[in-house]
Amino acid sequence: MTNAQRTKQADDRWNWLWEWANPVKFMALSGKVLPFAAAIAALTLVPGVIWGFFFTPEADKFGSSVKIIYVHVPTAMMAINIWVMMLVASLIWIVRRHQVSALAAKAAALIGMVMTLAALFTGAIWGEPMWGTYWAWDPRLTSFLILFLFYLGYMALWGAIENPDTAADLTAVLCIVGSVFALLSRYAVNFWNQGLHQGASLSLDKQENVSDVYWFPLVLTLVGFVALFVLLLLIRTRTEVRLRRLHALETRERMIDA
Amino acid sequence: MIALLIRDLRLAMRAGGGFGLGLAFFLIVTVLVPFGVGPESATLARIAPGILWVGALLACLLSLDRIFQLDYEDGTLDLLATAPLPMEGAVAVKALAHWLVTGLPLTLSAPVFATLLNLPGTGHIWVFVTLLIGTPALSMIGAFGAALTVGLKRGGLLMSLLVLPLYIPTLIFGAEAATRGTEGMANATPLALMAGITAGSIALLPFAAAAAIRVNLR
Amino acid sequence: MLDLGKYAGAVMSSWGVTILLLVLLGVITWRQSVNARARLKAAEDRRKARNG
Repeated sequence: MTNAQRTKQADDRWNWLWEWANPVKFMALSGKVLPFAAAIAALTLVPGVIWGFFFTPEADKFGSSVKIIYVHVPTAMMAINIWVMMLVASLIWIVRRHQVSALAAKAAALIGMVMTLAALFTGAIWGEPMWGTYWAWDPRLTSFLILFLFYLGYMALWGAIENPDTAADLTAVLCIVGSVFALLSRYAVNFWNQGLHQGASLSLDKQENVSDVYWFPLVLTLVGFVALFVLLLLIRTRTEVRLRRLHALETRERMIDA
Repeated sequence: MIALLIRDLRLAMRAGGGFGLGLAFFLIVTVLVPFGVGPESATLARIAPGILWVGALLACLLSLDRIFQLDYEDGTLDLLATAPLPMEGAVAVKALAHWLVTGLPLTLSAPVFATLLNLPGTGHIWVFVTLLIGTPALSMIGAFGAALTVGLKRGGLLMSLLVLPLYIPTLIFGAEAATRGTEGMANATPLALMAGITAGSIALLPFAAAAAIRVNLR
Repeated sequence: MLDLGKYAGAVMSSWGVTILLLVLLGVITWRQSVNARARLKAAEDRRKARNG
């Protein structure tokens, strides 16, 4: 087998994935997938949320406040995962120059920001009965506040640049550099707070003290939030693809008029 | 390369603004803080390293948009892009020039301003040392932010929004090292971590900044 | 209705905030989608009118 054939074959194996990168094919494919994503989101999120809210017992230490995990943990998880997804999309855009990838990163940013905001609010509300204060400079809360600032900057940069290709390039660079610094901040914040008040806060470590009664509905809501994200992401990316095409049409119009 | 450095330094001196303004801003922040928190020297001494760090950081931020903006407007940046010196090198030199006209004066004046905040004797040394190690990272990160926003008409405010989150790790380690040093605790870990951030920024960020400038010049 | 005890306020408000934010996100997403679709259609029609 020649080298060329081998790369050709390797290409073929991943073609199903790169099909998504072509805007026209993306619109066709995503249009077909959209109802399924909506169905999966509805089928997991609704039962998960109802189960979590109505049919879970109270915990010894937390009382009924344990029900907050069904909104706090999924939003917190999505807040981080969406940033990682944006990082991957930005890398794909920089390396392979697929339009849809850059637009998907742009489309995901608002969802990620809303998730971060929800995680912050629910964390603060939960903190009040648990820690006796809405806001403690707990490493985890602080990290989310910093993550929120990163989302804010990323979206502001998208909004400020008119040329879509320039905006895609610069935001991708910012996303990559920002990821490194967000990770650094995570460790810095850990270090900083330990240095100030040692072990002052009550640990809310969910993964370790969550028993099955809470775990099953939680898994269901987690899957539901992922499906909801996919659904919203598809809709928003389709909007971005349309806006991109609109931008191209309008530019052409202006050139003909001139 | 050295010619570019000298040119940048001379421009900063002649334009007047860049050199003295940051320092004056730093002084004003230091003077304002006691008015805000009260004149008790114990309180001031405890928060002094943090105040000096935040003040230096903001003063540094103030002059960042000068790094590339003027060169972008008069076309020098286009010349640099076609010059034999790679853009990465030009970015590093410009960050160095920015550090020499803002970071270094801030570092040198911080121990003096610390007196206004009743910082005890050992604290002066630690504020100086941490700023000396940390401010190059601030200049380099700032150069990256300036490179991202160089093509924008009013990019200054946006740049602050982009750069400030990136400053968080440096600020945390720098202020922590200074505070611990002042209180006589071991501060080798935050010091080493901050030095790591500085080294990493200087080694890697020129590439990201140069990429951003190339995109903006397209 | 479910008895949430002394944490009723915290549970209800955190669920409320999350649902509100998600609904808002959904509405924004939907409006942007409808808006983009309409504007693109108008632009396509203009182009067709011009060409034909």
